Amino acid sequence: MFNKKNIEFLKRAIKHRSFIVGGSMTLLLIFCAFISLFWTPWDPIKQNLLIRHSPPSWEHLLGTDQFGRDIFSVIMAGSQNSISVGLVSVSIGIIFGVSIGLLASTKRGWVEELIMRLCDFMYAFPAILLAIMLVATIGQGSINAMVAIGIFSIPVFARLTRGAANAIWAREYILASRSAGKGLFRITIEHVLPNILSVIIVQATIQFALAILAEAALSFLGLGAQPPTPSWGRMLSEARSMIYLNPWLAVYPGIAIAISVLGLNLLGDGLRDLVDPRLARKR
Amino acid sequence: MSIFLLKRFFTFIVTLLGASLLTFLSLEILPGDPARVILGIDAPQSAVDALRLQLGLDRPMVDRYFDWLAHLLTGRFGVSYTYNVPVMDLIKHRIGITFPLAILSMLLSVLVALILGIYAASRHNKIGDVSVMGLSQLGISIPNFWLALLLILFFAVNLGWFSSGGFVGWDKGFIKSIQSLILPAISLATVQGAILARFTRSAVLETMREDYVRTARAKGLTRRGTLWKHVLRNAMIPVITIMGLQFANLLAGTIIVEEVFAIPGLGRLILQAISNRDITVVRDVVILLAALVVFINFVVDVLYAVIDPRLKPQDV
Repeated sequence: MFNKKNIEFLKRAIKHRSFIVGGSMTLLLIFCAFISLFWTPWDPIKQNLLIRHSPPSWEHLLGTDQFGRDIFSVIMAGSQNSISVGLVSVSIGIIFGVSIGLLASTKRGWVEELIMRLCDFMYAFPAILLAIMLVATIGQGSINAMVAIGIFSIPVFARLTRGAANAIWAREYILASRSAGKGLFRITIEHVLPNILSVIIVQATIQFALAILAEAALSFLGLGAQPPTPSWGRMLSEARSMIYLNPWLAVYPGIAIAISVLGLNLLGDGLRDLVDPRLARKR
Repeated sequence: MSIFLLKRFFTFIVTLLGASLLTFLSLEILPGDPARVILGIDAPQSAVDALRLQLGLDRPMVDRYFDWLAHLLTGRFGVSYTYNVPVMDLIKHRIGITFPLAILSMLLSVLVALILGIYAASRHNKIGDVSVMGLSQLGISIPNFWLALLLILFFAVNLGWFSSGGFVGWDKGFIKSIQSLILPAISLATVQGAILARFTRSAVLETMREDYVRTARAKGLTRRGTLWKHVLRNAMIPVITIMGLQFANLLAGTIIVEEVFAIPGLGRLILQAISNRDITVVRDVVILLAALVVFINFVVDVLYAVIDPRLKPQDV
């Protein structure tokens, strides 16, 4: 694990500004979600109409909402939803997308052509549009939103994997492996996949950020997480009708989304630079 | 060139057909009877059967797909179950709002992105560059519907410069109509502008490293002259491609932003159709938007080859 190459990578990583800032913000998001599993300052679901729209105080750091819930606690609990959506949808994208991309790259010919054309068909739809259509058809809710978002990251991973894998298949050591009698499947698992893993991880962080944004959008439209599950997108949706009465309700959840997405984007950028220093020099 | 165009046109048609199949199937093979979905779970079976007959759901799926396709090709969209009017009539009213909104957003995002992108590239690794890149990173991370709320809060609630929502209608005059589209356009343009600014900066930096730019500078052309005469013309090629792809995102973005600003455009039509379970409207509007996206990509591909002769016909 701590071989020379990895230590060298870590040394470069701790000096990389984007990686460190993005990584810290992402860790904050994960920490928040983890802590909220066991503890939040107040119950994020329990309503207390007597203290509706309370201003920020030591007791309620960000004040309370229209149901008297502590906004800070709801935001903390909402991070769980964002993390779960990111994890599930990116996993769906990776499992299916990478497999399909590897299949296209290994088989080539009409299989590759067919898979790439199918990806093109999916690219014809702006992701959020088809996610909305799917969720509307299969029903609202967190799980369906995760599946819908995941489905639309499949072509992203498929294309990326196929492109990266094709480059690996052209290498001489692959030719040597084939001459040594290794099968296509074994070469894919032993040589191709490990060599394209870094590219996939970089894309995964970016897709994670996009998934958080997409889920927030679906929840904002009432198609994602349903009450009483705390969700940043739904908090913003509920804040719309309160904008004259308590404008801060529309500010805090947005900041939470922006920090999470910004963190993941910076982390993705940092990873990309670290994985491919040639790109860093170009940027 | 004609072979290239033919090839591209063929891909365009195949992608359109694929997209239509995907739209049709996603609403057909998913669990649940569309008639039941429309009428709700409490509707009596007799009503569901009658609606199935009315919608032609008793016929084989393949027949219905080709019928739908033939209708689309002849411009005869379906009939909305909720409004009981042809979907085309609904679209006609709303596209006149959604399209200008998307174009206004595109213009805003291109204007801001080009200025910022070129400025950042010309100040590479200096404070100006770092600030622009930081701002663009922030712009990419902000959800457009949140920005829309913030704009309403600031410009409509606090300053009272704009209305907090709605569309006055083109008959009330061009200026007033544009005024009601300005805030939605800014909220849509910010994210797209941020992405485009980064691409513009990268493309300009990339081109600045080319040998012909160095030659132009060595021959005595000023830095500014080289930038305008040689760098920008070449750097715009990849930027145009991204612009095309972004227009698709802008169209999709209108769905949410129109909802926030209560603008009666195509996006709002889809959302209303979804909540009314009006599958005919959902299907027809989705395929229309998808067709627009495919068409824009096709035009961008062709433009790309026209602008950069090195790419045609074999490489594109």
